[in-house]
Amino acid sequence: MADLRVKIDKLELKNPVMTASGTFGNGVEFDDFFNVDKLGGIILKGTTLNHREGNDYPRMAETPSGMLNAVGLQNKGVDYFCDHIYPKVEKYDTNVIVNVNGSTIEEYIALTERINELQRIDAIELNISCPNVKQGGMAFGTSCPMAEQVTKEVRKVYDKTLIVKLSPNVTNIAEIARGVESQGADAVSLVNTFLGMAIDAETRKPMLSTVTGGLSGPAIKPIALRMVWQVAQAVKIPVIGIGGIMDATDAIEFILAGASAVQVGTANFVEPNTTINIIEGLDVYLEKHNYNNINNLIGGLQL
Amino acid sequence: MKKEVSNLLVTKNIALNHDNFLIELKADSPVEQILPGQFVNVKVEKSPNTFLRRPFSVHDTYPVTNSLSILVKAIGDGTKALSAIKEGQYLDVVFPLGNGFKMPSKGETVLLIGGGVGIAPMMHLARISKEIGADVHILLGARTLNDHILIEEFKRYGKVHLTTDDGSLGKKGFVTDHPVMDGEIRFSRYQCCGPDPMMQAVARKAKQNETECEVSLENMMACGFGVCLCCVTKTHEGNKCVCTEGPVFNINDLEWQI
Ligand SMILES: Cc1cc2nc3c(=O)[nH]c(=O)nc-3n(C[C@H](O)[C@H](O)[C@H](O)COP(=O)(O)OP(=O)(O)OC[C@H]3O[C@@H](n4cnc5c(N)ncnc54)[C@H](O)[C@@H]3O)c2cc1C
Ligand SMILES: Cc1cc2nc3c(=O)[nH]c(=O)nc-3n(C[C@H](O)[C@H](O)[C@H](O)COP(=O)(O)O)c2cc1C
Ligand code: FES
Repeated sequence: MADLRVKIDKLELKNPVMTASGTFGNGVEFDDFFNVDKLGGIILKGTTLNHREGNDYPRMAETPSGMLNAVGLQNKGVDYFCDHIYPKVEKYDTNVIVNVNGSTIEEYIALTERINELQRIDAIELNISCPNVKQGGMAFGTSCPMAEQVTKEVRKVYDKTLIVKLSPNVTNIAEIARGVESQGADAVSLVNTFLGMAIDAETRKPMLSTVTGGLSGPAIKPIALRMVWQVAQAVKIPVIGIGGIMDATDAIEFILAGASAVQVGTANFVEPNTTINIIEGLDVYLEKHNYNNINNLIGGLQL
Repeated sequence: MKKEVSNLLVTKNIALNHDNFLIELKADSPVEQILPGQFVNVKVEKSPNTFLRRPFSVHDTYPVTNSLSILVKAIGDGTKALSAIKEGQYLDVVFPLGNGFKMPSKGETVLLIGGGVGIAPMMHLARISKEIGADVHILLGARTLNDHILIEEFKRYGKVHLTTDDGSLGKKGFVTDHPVMDGEIRFSRYQCCGPDPMMQAVARKAKQNETECEVSLENMMACGFGVCLCCVTKTHEGNKCVCTEGPVFNINDLEWQI
């Protein structure tokens, strides 16, 4: 058994496999399938200060090797989170991370302060990249000054690990990554979904109620991989790779590109056991290639 | 019952007509625990355009052989690939998912209504309702005589009423045009699955006849077990996931304009 432990700032992960926000519920939905404690960490569903109903149905469209979603951060708000969800996830013996969303800097701060009080939440992932909300969200992640400002303000009120989740809907993602690093981000995770669209030619209507939505799944993997590689070159803080990871080989590609850990998203819908299968697959790969420690593989791309 | 991901052996695949297929699967865990109205989510192989799993109602369970069946209507790539599966192959299935229909009490008179492939969950519901001792009526609607399937099987569990759009079998018109829905017979409950417009028409009848009514929704799903929040329907308590809080809903909880 190779050593799969990795570190993301102060977080110690049993292995580099985490779950992507919005694709793993609050973890408990997977308790029937496997022991969630085996994962490196779980990122819970995106949370906002106040209750959000999200967008109208239809919110999903299947596309070649992927899907578009326009959920729009449906969640019951932070009070409900603290009273009803936190007590259920406290039990997990793995890193539990909250995905923090806001439409103003004040909202990000207020929410972060509430989450900061929760002892078992090991880190926050600052989502400045949601393409499915009208205000805020991706606006913060697509402008370098705004990304820097929100990171700076949240940093002031949060002393645990601060991960900033980057939007791929930008011309130069490395520049944004450097910007949030300079304002105190402890790690960056990327990518969130790509803004996309699907049309039903028969009805001549958009497939999503919001017309556009976020593309995820294997369709985005090559672009996500390229972005992770570019960002890993540009920053010193750890990079968490996300985008179309379906199996251990995909995860290894992200690690070779420079990711210290990965998040699995859409694959959880297709195969609920994906994360567990990846952890086993990583071990098999390391043995086969004579590595005894996964850290030796990070950024190990042979040019 | 705990939900599981399992490879289930295909023991039968019967073509009922040109586009409806009855696929029987052997299960490992006891099928008695599956409730009428619950569904399975199937991974479709050999269909490059089918990325997500496809949900299907449990059509019936067979405790003697510990099997379950699904009724698949081939309408697109995924369902066409699935309909070509052969006996002896395996299907990767996540099940059982969702909540079931309300079970009748002994002696209650119930009307189960299925339109098109919406008849799928009604076999299981009819069988169990009859076993409980309910007086079961089954109203099946289809486009034409040739689209009607499984009538003899349904007759084992209750009194069958039929409609066709063109009048080639049973009463001409939609299920709501059938006299069994005119309010003469007092049903404790209508339980319905079919296309949305049909379910809404049934819901209107239920309101007129002051009859309790459950409908089983078939919203587009990505995960099937409550984590993607893609399958929502509007209820008086806000958006609810059809996969975990349905697929069966009482019409009084839905925001339908009926
Ligand atoms: C809870 C639930 C239970 C279901 N039970 C059954 C069942 O017992 N038997 C059965 O044959 N089908 C059932 N369905 C519908 C079935 O899942 C879809 O027909 C199937 O996913 C279509 O896949 P496809 O790849 O063949 O079609 P696609 O190529 O994906 O789509 C073909 C056409 O069908 C439409 N479509 C796709 N999915 C749905 C859907 N969920 N509802 C309505 N229209 C859709 C598309 O818009 C498109 O026009 C159920 C759906 C749900 C959500
Ligand atoms: C249905 C759905 C909901 C999502 N919700 C969130 C969210 O609340 N917050 C967030 O940061 N990312 C969200 N995402 C983005 C994922 O976390 C992930 O970044 C993206 O899907 C790419 O990874 P994948 O290709 O492995 O799915 C969501 C994605 C999907 C498909
Ligand atoms: S299909 Fe994912 S929540 Fe219902």
